[in-house]
Amino acid sequence: MKEFAPIPLGEWVSDGIDRLTREYATAFDSISFVIYELIDALQSGLHAIPAPWFIVLLSLLAVLAAGWRRPGGWGLGLFTLVGLGLVWNLRLWDDLITTLSLVLASEALVLLVGIPLGIASAKSAMVERILRPVLDVMQTMPAFVYLVPAVIFFGLGLVPGVISTTIFALPPLIRLTSLGIRQVPRELVEAALAFGATWWQLLTKVQVPVALPAIMAGVNQSIMLGLSMVVIAAMIGAGGLGNVVLEGITQLDVGKGFVGGLAVVILAIVLDRITQSMGKIYQQKGKPR
Amino acid sequence: MSSEAPMPTDSSHQALAPKIRLEKVSKIFGRHADQALDLLAQGLDKKTVQERTGVVVGVYDISLEIAEGEIFVIMGLSGCGKSTLLRLINRLHEPTTGKVFIGEEDITAMGARELRRLRRNAFGMVFQSFALLPHRNVLSNVEFGLELHGVARQARRERAQQAIETVGLSGYEHKYPDELSGGMQQRVGLARALAVDPQILLMDEAFSALDPLIRGQLQDDLIAIQERMGTTVVFVSHDLDEAIKIGTRIAILRDGRLVQVGTPQEILAAPADDYVSAFVRGADRTKVLTAADVMLPLHTFAHLRDSPRALLRKMQHSGFSGLIVLDNQRHPLGYVELRQVIEMRDQTRLESSALRPLPCATPEEPLSELIRRSNVEGSPMVVCDTKGRAIGVIDKTTLLAALAQQGETDESTAATGEQTAEQPACAPPTPPASERKPSSEESQVPVEREDKS
Repeated sequence: MKEFAPIPLGEWVSDGIDRLTREYATAFDSISFVIYELIDALQSGLHAIPAPWFIVLLSLLAVLAAGWRRPGGWGLGLFTLVGLGLVWNLRLWDDLITTLSLVLASEALVLLVGIPLGIASAKSAMVERILRPVLDVMQTMPAFVYLVPAVIFFGLGLVPGVISTTIFALPPLIRLTSLGIRQVPRELVEAALAFGATWWQLLTKVQVPVALPAIMAGVNQSIMLGLSMVVIAAMIGAGGLGNVVLEGITQLDVGKGFVGGLAVVILAIVLDRITQSMGKIYQQKGKPR
Repeated sequence: MSSEAPMPTDSSHQALAPKIRLEKVSKIFGRHADQALDLLAQGLDKKTVQERTGVVVGVYDISLEIAEGEIFVIMGLSGCGKSTLLRLINRLHEPTTGKVFIGEEDITAMGARELRRLRRNAFGMVFQSFALLPHRNVLSNVEFGLELHGVARQARRERAQQAIETVGLSGYEHKYPDELSGGMQQRVGLARALAVDPQILLMDEAFSALDPLIRGQLQDDLIAIQERMGTTVVFVSHDLDEAIKIGTRIAILRDGRLVQVGTPQEILAAPADDYVSAFVRGADRTKVLTAADVMLPLHTFAHLRDSPRALLRKMQHSGFSGLIVLDNQRHPLGYVELRQVIEMRDQTRLESSALRPLPCATPEEPLSELIRRSNVEGSPMVVCDTKGRAIGVIDKTTLLAALAQQGETDESTAATGEQTAEQPACAPPTPPASERKPSSEESQVPVEREDKS
């Protein structure tokens, strides 16, 4: 039996990507520039706030978001205060700020791309048909795989970190936005149309507000995914807390790895609870508390 | 509650130009509309067409005219296309064939911009599930239509406030929908529709999700509001009693086709086919039929100047146990019974002191009210026109016959049972009825009122 020659799939892909990087170098450079500026501004802005102030401000925000009248709100505030204080004490504050600004920058891009795509896929069956397999692939692909093309197109550093994080964190927001808008009761949409709403009025006054709890759940999910990806992105030089963990692994320094991991977990919990509470507040607006 | 039910005569709505006109409108959901229309034209029913072509028939070949100021009820079982028909009127559904006119304008030919203008200016809509925005309070929900219209904040606040007062929700402006009961939520829905000052109010099973008591209140309120504002109302319902109560006219749909259009009386009196008669079987006739429908013409009566002997002959001849006494202008003076006539038989004329007072009904009084009054005030009753002239007579036999007719169409006699069960409650403390016991017993002899003229 004659053996089949292997299909040169890998070669084709690398050829294609080579051509893309050659022919669209300017495009990639300008994207890279914009994103770099964004992160840079965020990072220097956040770094400019002295750590203690920042910690107190974030704790207050947590209390407000969770509802200052409820005991749980104060609990979250206290957790934020102690947790972030610990990170500061462990001398990981700068890394935390880098990670935070990476997450926020990617989240900004995720919102920018995800919400319009989610709306489009809710409104058009065709967009939904095209997007669904793409999102499936994006969600099943191992997180590391995103690093390769990101490095090829954008080199090493913060920018490919943000790009791969954005792509990784995008699917849940698109899905939940689309789901939320599709689940707006038919009679509500009919009511808006019956009173003469335009396409835009229907979207902004009915569909998005009613779908907002779902959209907020999507935002929360994408922030969480983004945070996990930011740690992985340390492998391509994105820096931050991921770098601390990575150093812990490469130097077989268990203590360092643990401390870095703990800081990531604290940041994750704080971000998760704050965004979740914000979603809930919106949902419960008008209900007697 | 039945007293304010608007029951205009036939001429009143035919004289006005139609507000809404549907011309051979059909709505097919699905791809092979032409094929489905062909099959429907051959007279196949909805189910067969769906099996053969896979399309869902909404409504087929409906032509209708709805007059200004009418409360027009579209009725039918679920799935018969009544909600589809309603949505064709403001083009929430695009008709597959046919035209819909609002006043002079053909809504089916409009562009998107024009359609929005018409929807903003002419229509208000109320939904079964209320369809309120959960993130807005009552005031803001009521403002919604005006806000879409671009009305300035202050002006729309005022108009919304007015609408809220109209539906009796003052004081709830800053509550959110999930803090209100179903009935109150639907009042908000109604206020939202009224705030845009619509010419046409479309109501899709608006009260169906509410419990009977609240539903009754909202029906009364709707009737009152409609009478005050003169809005044309198109109301979808599957509840016949609701349709009869609020409807000026009723259209009955079956499997997407129009089976019958008419006033509640017309539909009850002459159902177009078995489907309609099955539908109206459960209806409570006592709320629909009026004194004018059930009364007997007054041919045999007495004058004060008549001699008792002549009256005795008259009674013998006609078989009546009593006579109604009229003056020369046919105004009723009272009722004289056989017993009294026999006592007076040697006198030359009747004594007015021998007459007992006679309850008087208007032609519009519903049967339910007549039954109640006959228990309290005794029978017979005379029916008088607006000038007080006697035009007919109603006694217990007449009332029983009218109810028996209902029994004929309603084997279960649910409505009748309810009716009779209700009556004794108000009947017992009725001294006049017991005083006249002998006469009422006599008057129940069935042969008594055979027509003779």
